[in-house]
Amino acid sequence: MSVLVVVECADGEVKKSSLEVATYGAEVAAMLGTTATAIAVGEATEANLAKLGEQGITKVLYDAEPRLKDFVNNAYTKLIATAAEQEQAKVIILANSNIGAAVGSRLSVRLKASLATNAVELPKTDNGQFVVRRGAFSGKAFSDVVLSGERKIIAVKKNSTEAKHEAGKTAEVQSFTAQLTDADFADAPTQVVMQDQAGGILLPEADRVVSGGRGMKGPENWGLIEDLAKALHAATACSKPVSDVDWRPHHEHVGQTGITVSPNLYIACGISGAIQHLAGVNSSKVIVVINKDPEAPFFKAADYGIVGDVFDVLPKLTAAVKELG
Amino acid sequence: MKFLVCISNVPDTTTKITFTPDNKEFNKAGVQFVINPWDEYALTRAIELKEAAGSGTVTVLNVGEADTEPNIRKALAIGADDAIRVNAAPQDAFFVAEQIAAVAKEGGYDVILMGKESIDYNGFQVHGMVGEMLGIPTVAPAMKLDMNGNTATLEREIEGGKEIVTVTTPFVASCQQPMCEPRIPNMRGIMTARTKPLKVVPPVGEPARTQVAEYALPPKKQGVKLIPAENAGELIKLLRNEAKVI
Repeated sequence: MSVLVVVECADGEVKKSSLEVATYGAEVAAMLGTTATAIAVGEATEANLAKLGEQGITKVLYDAEPRLKDFVNNAYTKLIATAAEQEQAKVIILANSNIGAAVGSRLSVRLKASLATNAVELPKTDNGQFVVRRGAFSGKAFSDVVLSGERKIIAVKKNSTEAKHEAGKTAEVQSFTAQLTDADFADAPTQVVMQDQAGGILLPEADRVVSGGRGMKGPENWGLIEDLAKALHAATACSKPVSDVDWRPHHEHVGQTGITVSPNLYIACGISGAIQHLAGVNSSKVIVVINKDPEAPFFKAADYGIVGDVFDVLPKLTAAVKELG
Repeated sequence: MKFLVCISNVPDTTTKITFTPDNKEFNKAGVQFVINPWDEYALTRAIELKEAAGSGTVTVLNVGEADTEPNIRKALAIGADDAIRVNAAPQDAFFVAEQIAAVAKEGGYDVILMGKESIDYNGFQVHGMVGEMLGIPTVAPAMKLDMNGNTATLEREIEGGKEIVTVTTPFVASCQQPMCEPRIPNMRGIMTARTKPLKVVPPVGEPARTQVAEYALPPKKQGVKLIPAENAGELIKLLRNEAKVI
C-alpha cells in the first residue's frame, strides 16, 4: 500500500505544480502511515528526479522511453496504471493540469477508482470517510466530496499547496518500464508548438499575474502591462473582451470560460470585474485592482486598490518595483 | 458522420451561488439555467462540420430530469437534428460518463464531443471516462477540430503551448475556445426545434463513486485598502512588507 504521485517534467525539470503535488502526496502518505512513490512523465534528468526527496518522495520511477517526452494520453494512462499496480497504490495524486486531469479521468475507469479533481486542501479521513475539498462553481464555492471505494485519485489545483524544500534529502530513482507498444502511441502528437510567454512564465503556473482589460484601450499599450510583469517576474493575462477582439491571444484569457488562475498576486489593470472574470481569479491570494472608475465591481473583491488612470499608475508601479531591486 | 454532442444544464454564468440552509445542495430558486458555455463550442463545431460535409447527423445528449428540456430544445434550435435525454439527475462524473458511453455504444456514433468541463462542477473528467469506457482515444481540451473523411486533426492545449493530434474515428474530444463562435438560435430554428425528435431513456450502470457531503462559500474579503494614485509606489511597499507576496 502506498501513495503514488504523478510528476510532470519538461526539458529535464520537474514542473512547479508537480513539486506542489509531490509535497501534497508526501503529506497524504504520512497521514495514511505509508510512503510516497513518484512516477515521472515527460523529459526528466535523474538528478532532478532525485531532488524530489526534498518534497518528501522516497522513490521515483522513470521510464526513459523517448516517445513519452510529449503527452500521449493512452501511453501515459498505461504507464501510470502499471506503476499504480506495481506499487499497490491506494491513492494516486496528480496535478490538476491539462495532463493530470486528462489522464486522471481515464485512470479512474481503468483502476476502478473514485476521482476528485480541482482539490484545494489535504483530504480528511475522519469517521472512516475520505473527504476532499475541491473548487466548484468556477471558483465561486467549494464542495466537500466523499470518495468511496478502495482506490482514490486526487488532482490538486495549482498554487493551492506550497512545495516544501528540505535541503539534502534525496529520492531513490529507479528505471521503470510499462512495456509500451506502438498501439499505445496511436494518439501521439504529430507536432508540438510552444507559445510565446512573456518572460517565459507560464500563466497557469505563475505565482504572480499582471492582467489587462479594455481599459488598456488597445494592444499597442500592452507594453505597460509587460513592463510591470517583467519587473515582478509575473505572467501576463487579459480579460475575455480583450481576447475576443484579438488584442491578446486566447491563451492569456482568464475567467470563467478561460484559464482559471490562483496566483499569490493578481493585478487587474483596467478590468471592471464582471462576475465571469472574477470566477476565474477569485482564488488568488492577493488581488490588486487599478481602475479609474471607483464604482468598478472588482474593487469589492480586491485586497488593495488604486482609483486612477492605468497609463499614469502602471509606470509608477514598475519604477517602484525596480527601486526595490 | 454521426456526431454525439453532450450538453450540461448549468446555472447562468452571472448567477450568485448560494446553497440550501444545510449546505447540502445548490439553491436553484430564481436561477436561470443555460447550456454549459463550453458545450456550446462542441455543439456549434459539430453542426459546422456536418454542414461542411453536406451529410451526417448531430444528436444532442443530456443526462438530466425533465426541467433540462428547454435547453435541449435550444440545442435543437441551434441546429442539432435530434436529442436524447437520459432521465436521471446527474450524480457524479462517473455516473454521467456511464450514461454517455451506453448511448454512444448503442448509437454507433463516430465523434463524441462535449465541453472541457461544466461551469458548476468543474470536473474536467467526463470526456476521459467516456473514452476509457469505450476504449477509444480522448483529446482534451481541444482548441481546434477539423475532419477529413474519418480522420480528425485537433489542436490540444498543453501548458505553454499546443499539440497537433491526428486520430481516426471513433474518438472523444472536449472542446474549448477558440474552436468556433458559438451560435445563437434564430426564429426558424426555434420553430423547427419544436418538432425535432427528443427521446427519453432510462439510466443504466453502477451507482456514483463520489458524493458531495457539503458545499461551502469562500471566506468574505476584509475590504479593499485604497492607495492614492499620486502615491502609487506605496502599493509595492505594502505588497512586500504587509501582504508579503513580492
